[in-house]
Amino acid sequence: MIRIKKHLAEHWVPPLIGIALFLFLWSLLAQGGGALPGPLKTWDSAVVLFSDPFYQKTPNDQGIGWNILYSLGRVGIGFGLAALIGIPLGFMIGRFGFLDKMTSPIVSMLRPVSPLAWLPIGLLVFKAADPAAIWVIFISSIWPMIINTAMGVRQLPQDYLNVARVLNLSEWKIFTKILFPATLPYMLTGIRLAIGTAWLVIVAAEMLTGGVGIGFWVWDEWNNLNVEHIIIAIFVVGIIGLLLEMMLVQIAKRFSY
Amino acid sequence: MKKYVQIENVQMSFETKQGTFVALKDIDLKIDPGEFITLIGHSGCGKSTLLNLIAGLLMPTDGIMLCADREIAGPGPDRGVVFQNHSLLPWLTCFENVHLAVERVFGNTESKAQLAQRTQEALALVHLSHAEHKYPHEISGGMKQRVGIARALSMQPKVLLMDEPFGALDALTRAHLQDELMKIVAATKSTVVMVTHDVDEAVLLSDRIVMMTNGPAATIGEILTVDLPKPRNRLALANDAHYHSLRGAVLEFLYQKQAKKAA
Repeated sequence: MIRIKKHLAEHWVPPLIGIALFLFLWSLLAQGGGALPGPLKTWDSAVVLFSDPFYQKTPNDQGIGWNILYSLGRVGIGFGLAALIGIPLGFMIGRFGFLDKMTSPIVSMLRPVSPLAWLPIGLLVFKAADPAAIWVIFISSIWPMIINTAMGVRQLPQDYLNVARVLNLSEWKIFTKILFPATLPYMLTGIRLAIGTAWLVIVAAEMLTGGVGIGFWVWDEWNNLNVEHIIIAIFVVGIIGLLLEMMLVQIAKRFSY
Repeated sequence: MKKYVQIENVQMSFETKQGTFVALKDIDLKIDPGEFITLIGHSGCGKSTLLNLIAGLLMPTDGIMLCADREIAGPGPDRGVVFQNHSLLPWLTCFENVHLAVERVFGNTESKAQLAQRTQEALALVHLSHAEHKYPHEISGGMKQRVGIARALSMQPKVLLMDEPFGALDALTRAHLQDELMKIVAATKSTVVMVTHDVDEAVLLSDRIVMMTNGPAATIGEILTVDLPKPRNRLALANDAHYHSLRGAVLEFLYQKQAKKAA
């Protein structure tokens, strides 16, 4: 009984105090006049919003559920393509020094570029908003995957390579039994960073490209001056980002040695 | 008698920023089948380098190296290596770690059941049958090293090469594994080359102790034949005069003839 109390006190009380304080400050700010709606007003609005998340009136007026799913879809496609290209590329860059030296100036130069700077190129090449948004996700999530996978391959302990040499393993066996499992934790770190960036970028990209999606929805609600919905969107984006992160941390835990 | 391992006039140098560094020179050593050889010397004397040369992990700058009359041109399964830090793959179970080696050597000629049986026999040899489905992080340091020995022996190598295999273990575990190693070597009639810095270990296990001079340009200083009868028992030897004279000879070489200058 005392144990349970202690557990409660250590794990649940501090976050609850934090949230309560946050809500208190928020309502204080909302009290001071201005257009910022308070927590209660936002909550009421959220209840209405989530009671019918999947309605479809017009292409520009669809339920919050659809907006979230569309955004997740774009992230999934852009991120998936980036993984498909970035991870094998990372393996090759890590394994072959020549390729590493060849690509390193380009990667170092392009990596710090804000993902949105790539949007006009996407619009120009694909001549459509949707592929351009996916392109931005692709380009922003490919760098962490290349860099982390390559680092994992480079940091392969010499001991494991000696084992491979002494046992005279084939290239395929070296890859499946040594290189891949040894690199997996690094790769998962890259994936986690990439998906975090991708989810960060999608809101901004959709604000610019329009269509159905959580980013565009925020912009649309701003034009409607529906501030409650904007606040709800911020929470939705935050919670989904948190869930994605937690999911990948769980996967990474499974593969740490 | 046919020489198993033949090392003639071997020299090993490394290119460094300060120029050529000669690690080993004029190494001549012949090892008979079934012999247990230890390499002993101060750190930096190139004893691990010599072992890596026999393993084929390094290629000599000059000289001839043969194993069973064939030139050593790289690592091969005819020379099983036990590393100091066990070097088991952490994502594979003990069984899978050994099986990887078995599969490589016998995979083309034997059935899956035979391969599994070889793996189990190797683990049984080091008394680890009960731990075959455990991962390396679930077993003790001594057990890991035993899996490493099982992995090396499972390939039925012509020579077993061990690089300070018990160096990282506590004294009691080390003694236990030395006793086990003596039994395994007697049962399998293995030829062994072992690097060590432990004088007692060298005298207890060896047929001959190869004592190396200090580097750079280290070479073989003396070779001491240990003619103690086998099987050897560490308790009986503790009061054996001949054991102590052999031990004294090694100590004299290390601390008098090759005394390290205070660093």
